[in-house]
Amino acid sequence: MTDRIVYLDHAATTPMLPVAVEAMTRHLSGVGNASSLHASGRAARRVVEESRETIAGVIGARPGDVVFTSGGTESDNLALKGIFWARREQDPRRTRILATAIEHHAVLDPLLWLGRYDNAEVELLPVSAEGVLDVESLRDSIARDPSSVALVSVMWANNEVGSLQPLDEVVALAAEHEIPVHTDAVQALGQVPVDFAASGVDALTFTGHKVGGPYGVGALVVRRDLPVSALVHGGGQERDIRSGTLDIPAIAGLAAAVEASVKAQHEHAARLTDLRDDLVRRVIEVVPDAHLHGAPSGPRRLPGNAHIGFPGCEGDSILMLLDARGIECSTGSACSAGVPQPSHVLLAMGCDNDQARHSLRFTLGHTTTPADVDALVEAIGPVVERARAAKGL
Amino acid sequence: MARVVAAMSGGVDSAVAAARAAEAGHDVTGVHLALSRNPASYRSGARGCCTIEDSNDARRAADVIGIPFYVWDLSDRFHEDVVEDFMDEYAAGRTPNPCLRCNEKIKFAAVLDRALALGFDAVATGHYAQLRAGSDGLIEMHRAADHAKDQSYVLGVLTQEQLRHSMFPLGDTDKPAVRREAEARGLLVADKPDSHDICFVADGDNAGWLREKLGDRAPNHGGDIVDATTGETVGSHTGSYGFTIGQRRGLRLGTPAADGKPRFVLDIEPVSGTVTVGPRERLSVDHITGTRPRWCGTVPERVEGTVQLRAHGAEHRAVVHVSGDRVDIDLVDPAEGIAPGQAAVIYDGTRVVGSATIEATRSVEALR
Repeated sequence: MTDRIVYLDHAATTPMLPVAVEAMTRHLSGVGNASSLHASGRAARRVVEESRETIAGVIGARPGDVVFTSGGTESDNLALKGIFWARREQDPRRTRILATAIEHHAVLDPLLWLGRYDNAEVELLPVSAEGVLDVESLRDSIARDPSSVALVSVMWANNEVGSLQPLDEVVALAAEHEIPVHTDAVQALGQVPVDFAASGVDALTFTGHKVGGPYGVGALVVRRDLPVSALVHGGGQERDIRSGTLDIPAIAGLAAAVEASVKAQHEHAARLTDLRDDLVRRVIEVVPDAHLHGAPSGPRRLPGNAHIGFPGCEGDSILMLLDARGIECSTGSACSAGVPQPSHVLLAMGCDNDQARHSLRFTLGHTTTPADVDALVEAIGPVVERARAAKGL
Repeated sequence: MARVVAAMSGGVDSAVAAARAAEAGHDVTGVHLALSRNPASYRSGARGCCTIEDSNDARRAADVIGIPFYVWDLSDRFHEDVVEDFMDEYAAGRTPNPCLRCNEKIKFAAVLDRALALGFDAVATGHYAQLRAGSDGLIEMHRAADHAKDQSYVLGVLTQEQLRHSMFPLGDTDKPAVRREAEARGLLVADKPDSHDICFVADGDNAGWLREKLGDRAPNHGGDIVDATTGETVGSHTGSYGFTIGQRRGLRLGTPAADGKPRFVLDIEPVSGTVTVGPRERLSVDHITGTRPRWCGTVPERVEGTVQLRAHGAEHRAVVHVSGDRVDIDLVDPAEGIAPGQAAVIYDGTRVVGSATIEATRSVEALR
């Protein structure tokens, strides 16, 4: 055991920024329900609306577009189910939903649910070996029967392999038939430039704890003129499409984190790109048959993501051996019992089961230092050697 | 100090075993073995060893002990080596013991090998058995101090090499004391019920599980139940794999025995599907032929000791002769209802000498 933790799992969650901690804690001992009419209620409401304006201001949205939720999963569910239901209500022929095969489970599982219990026809579109949506397949799929498409959902950047998706082309294709587009931008915000209006998408998901804000709070940014059916019914606090008493401290923390991370995005990305490139280059020097999955370093890849395959190993073994040395990373997706399933993302990219299981994701963030990269590079050789010895036993 | 993998099922025994290993100064890592890819599908409830709830219980125990914790996916190996074998054995009219098989092929083989390769020195489990260094430098395995809880029978398949890398921290303690200790250590599983039955068979309904899983592999889907005394057909059944030698319940015989006494399964003939039943006396056997022996230490030629023929079964005085892969067991006192496929574990006093899989038995009063 080492004393120092080398945290290379920022895509799972990243430490809160000091400004977010400050903003959140400032409101923890206050009182006031943002729906109350008295002075305390008005003060709480003011925090919410200022937060909404701050967020809208830095992501190219109007304040009224921002709907606060409990985080990425709820935002994705609200977007997919809410837009699907509203669109089908307008026109019962709209039963198709198109998405990529590499969406996060927070998108895939609601879609599978809609398919199974609500007669949605879900089409999961193929991706390239680099994990990028095959735009032609989207074009073909829409063209087959444009009027039956209720919604297109394409993530901004993939959470496992870091590949950015061709959203411009997706939006252009969908716009020809006035089909709304939702994007899960949970991994993108603060890492790459994200401008809601400029992107042309109709709905966008982000969450607090990936941008240095608190857990349990996020938002669906959704154009005001796009009908969305409610998922969580009650007091109608958020535009009547999301109910529940608003979490003032969390929303304040979220706004502070979004503002800080978006303003620092350019510098942050440049720094992480250098660190990540250094990490990948040096890991491959030590383990020559290791290889990067996803798009190459550059504008089509998240700056902090290094998803590396180590042939002849189980990712689980490497993870455990690194963990014992205080180095924390991820094997990708895990099921609730902790049994690693081969990643659907890697399988969709054409990896076989073995390749999917020998891969690890290292993700860098605002606290990552060159010393973290040094520590990984120093450990990885012996760890991979050991993991190889254990493979197949 | 050794680097130890503690196999943690989510039950009280393995939790206390892990805690003891850690307290003894070893560098312990908790590992829960995922034996099914779809944990809920093999059984629901929390008595088995492969539910999400058990995995969470194991994780919480590791938190309390203060050791790292991982889930190792052994589902493919478990299916191949234990579940498939279980089905094959029943289909062949034998009665396997999947717990022994799991210890032989999974816990002290697949898991141990992986642990050693990853830099660990040993695997610790919550089994009730004792290891001691013998005078010849070999590690000896003995029955647990608590004979009622002793689990050396299901460990009788372990070789010297496996024993050298095993730890059974509970061998000197009785179960109530383990529960008290769990309570004192703040382990929430302290009063969790003991696991029973076979972990992958939901509700303990062996016959139902086999019927569903065997499908076309079943040697038959029914046959006659024949009385050994009269030769008459006294009933029928829907699959011979639903029976085990010595079974009395669930025969649903239409014709009562002439003497009015209960009848027991004496023989299972998988090809014809005939299940033979008869009076209890006919269950007595005085000789067992065993195969596939596994020795804990030096291979013996002759052992004058005891054998145990089923989990938690009685000890029978016996003289054992070994010749290569064949083991002949002469029982001094006859035993009843001995099923081929089960293990005969051979003891010298409290020491486990080894084991063999029961291949055939000789009835005291040979079948007419």
